[in-house]
Amino acid sequence: MSADVVIGAASGTPHLRPRKLGATLSARLAYAFAAPSLILLAVVMLLPIAAVIAMSFTDYRLGDLGVTFAGVENYTKLAGDRTFWRALTNTLVYVAMVVPGAVLLGLLLAVIIDGLDHGKAFYRLVFFLPVTATVVAMALVWKYLLHPNIGPFNLLLRALGLPTIDFFSNPDLVLAGLAIINIWSLAGFNMVLFSAGLTSVPQELHDAASVDGLDHPLDRFFHVTLPLLGPTTMFVIVTSTITAFKVFDTVAVLTRGGPRGSSDVLLYTTYLEGFSYFRMGSAAAMTVVFLAVILIFSLIQARVLDRKVHY
Amino acid sequence: MAASVEIDDIRKSYGPTRSLKGVSLDIRAGEFMTLVGPSGCGKSTLLRIIAGLMPQSGGEIRISGAPIDHLPPKARDVAMVFQSYALYPHMTVAENIATPLNARRLSRFARLPLIGRLAPFQNVARARIREDVETVARLVEIESLLQRKPAALSGGQRQRVALARAIVRQPKVFLMDEPLSNLDARLRVTMRTEITALHKRLGATFLYVTHDQVEAMTMSDRVAVMMEGEIVQCASPQELYDAPADIRVARFIGSPEINVVPADELFRACTEMARHIGPQAADLDIAFRPEALRPAGEAPLFDCRLEQTERLGYDVLLFLRIAGWNGRLTARMTAEEFGRLVPCEGRIAMHLSPNALLAFDRSGRRTALHAAPAERSVREMAHVG
Repeated sequence: MSADVVIGAASGTPHLRPRKLGATLSARLAYAFAAPSLILLAVVMLLPIAAVIAMSFTDYRLGDLGVTFAGVENYTKLAGDRTFWRALTNTLVYVAMVVPGAVLLGLLLAVIIDGLDHGKAFYRLVFFLPVTATVVAMALVWKYLLHPNIGPFNLLLRALGLPTIDFFSNPDLVLAGLAIINIWSLAGFNMVLFSAGLTSVPQELHDAASVDGLDHPLDRFFHVTLPLLGPTTMFVIVTSTITAFKVFDTVAVLTRGGPRGSSDVLLYTTYLEGFSYFRMGSAAAMTVVFLAVILIFSLIQARVLDRKVHY
Repeated sequence: MAASVEIDDIRKSYGPTRSLKGVSLDIRAGEFMTLVGPSGCGKSTLLRIIAGLMPQSGGEIRISGAPIDHLPPKARDVAMVFQSYALYPHMTVAENIATPLNARRLSRFARLPLIGRLAPFQNVARARIREDVETVARLVEIESLLQRKPAALSGGQRQRVALARAIVRQPKVFLMDEPLSNLDARLRVTMRTEITALHKRLGATFLYVTHDQVEAMTMSDRVAVMMEGEIVQCASPQELYDAPADIRVARFIGSPEINVVPADELFRACTEMARHIGPQAADLDIAFRPEALRPAGEAPLFDCRLEQTERLGYDVLLFLRIAGWNGRLTARMTAEEFGRLVPCEGRIAMHLSPNALLAFDRSGRRTALHAAPAERSVREMAHVG
C-alpha cells in the first residue's frame, strides 16, 4: 500500500497527489502496520499467562489427553494446604532476608568503589563475577564452603573456639544459608546498577555540599548521594524482590526443600506439584498466586517509593 | 563583614599542563571583582581553589591577611554560587537555604534524615534557622516559593534560591561561578542589576567569574582579564576599554571587537596617518574602537568600501574594507549619522582620529605612540574645536 503511494509520487501521476508532510494514515493502514507486533506481543507475552490462569481452573494432569473444568477447586484446596502455606511463608522470610542484604551490600560496594582513586574497574569486575557464574555450580561450592566438617567457614569458627554452624541441616538456619548465596550473587548486580546511578550525581552538587559544610562522608552520603540515588534504589529494590521471590535452583540443588520442609519455597513446591506429582491444574493455581504476590509487592513498592524518589 | 582576599602566585598543574601559571590578585574588602576570560583560561579553577574544592600546586591565598590554604571549604567563610545552581533536588527551597545553617548549628545526629528530628535540645536552633531562612528569602523575593522543590521553579527562581543559600550564613566572601550563563538573555540583564544591588546591600566581597565581557563591564568595580592561566590586566571596566595593556584584552573587551590593523597597511591606506604616528611605528599593530571611525569630512580620511551594514536600532554597524589590505574594519555610528552618509558607488570616506589609536608591539604588549609634537598639538586643538 505504502509502496504505491511512493511510486505514484515519484512518477508524478496526476491523480495521485504526493502526500504532504504530517499527513495522517488511515486508521485501517495504521492498525495493519501495528498488527504484527501486537500479535507477537499477545502470543509471546499475554497468551502463556492467560493459559496458566485458564489451566488453574481445571484438573489437568500432565500427560492427560482431556481436561475438565474444576472451578475454583484448586484454589480452595490451596487455601487449606499446609505445605503451600509453609512454602509461602518460607518464601516471604527468604525475601525479607535477601532484599535488604543484597540492596545494602550492593549500595555499600558501589559507594566504596566509586570513592577509589585506582582499581575501580578491577573491583567492579570482581564483584560482578558471581552474576555471571551459574548458580547451580556455585551452589555446590557454597555447600562445600559452609559444610559442617570440611567447610572453611566452620573450620574458621572452630579455630576461634566457636561452635560450628551447620546451615543446610538446621531447619532454623537453612533459609539464612540459602539467602547468603543469593545475596552473594545479587549484590554484584545491584552494585553495577548503583554505580551507574552514582555517575549521574553531578559533581557540582558535591562541591555545593562541601561549601555548605557537609564535608563528612556520612553527611555527604545522607544529604547528596542517597537522595539522588532514589530512582536507582527503587529499581534495585523492585528487581531484587522479584529475583528473590523466584528462588529455585539453590533449593533444588542443595536442600530439596529440606530439612523437613523448612526450605520449601513457592517455586520448588510448584515444580514438585507439576512435574513430580503431575497435578498441573494445582501447579497452575500456585503459579497464579505467585504472580499475584509479585504483582502486589511490585505495585506497593512502586506506589510508595515512587512518591519519595522523584523530585 | 567584608574581607580582603589576597591571591599570591597561585599555580596549578595537571601533569605537564599548567592551567594556572602564577596568578596574583589583591581583592579589596567589599569590592566587586570579576574574573573574565575565554573558556579554558583557568578562571573557574582559580575560584575552586579559593573555595577549597581543589588544592593548588603552589602559592598562597589569604582572607583578611590570614592564610586559608590548610582549611577545608566550610572553615573558609566563603560561599559559592554555581553555574548549574547545584540545588539539592530532594529538598524544598526552605531546606535548601537552611542547609549551610544546619551544617553549622545542628549536631550531626540532628542532621540525619528521619531520625534527626528526635535529637534533643535542637528546637531553639531550628527556630532561629527558620527565621534566618525567611529573612533571606524576603531579601531575594522568594518567600512564596519556600515549600516548593527546585524542579518546580524557573531558571531565574532557582538562581535566587542559590543566591539565598549563599547569603544565609553571611560569609565574608562570595564566589560566583558564571551564575547567569544558564539564564535567557532578558533575565540575565535583570539578574545583573539585582546581583549588583545585592552586592551594595550586603557590602561583602564578591569574586565573580564569567566569560561574558558585558557582565564583567557592567557589574564590576574592577575586572581581571585572564588568558591562558595568567591575569593579563586588572583594572576598572572603563580603563580596560580605553587603555588595554595587551592586544588580547583589547580584543576580548568591547563588542563589536576592536579593529586591529598592521601599521604599514594603515599608512598605505592613508599616507597622512604616517605623519601623525611616525614611521618608527611601522612594525606595530594599530588598534582602534569601532566608534573611532567617524563619518566626518575632516582629515585624516580613509577611503573605504562599504561591504555590509547591521542595523541595531539606535546604532548601525558598518563593515568596511580599505584598499590593499584583506582584513575588515568595523565602524559604529548612530542611525541618524548613518542616514546622512552618502556612499558614492559603495565607497565612503571615514575619519580616524589619531588620538583614538592604540599601538601594540609584535608580542601583543601596549606601547606608546609618538607623534611629531607640533603636529599633534595642532591636531588636538583642531579636534577640540
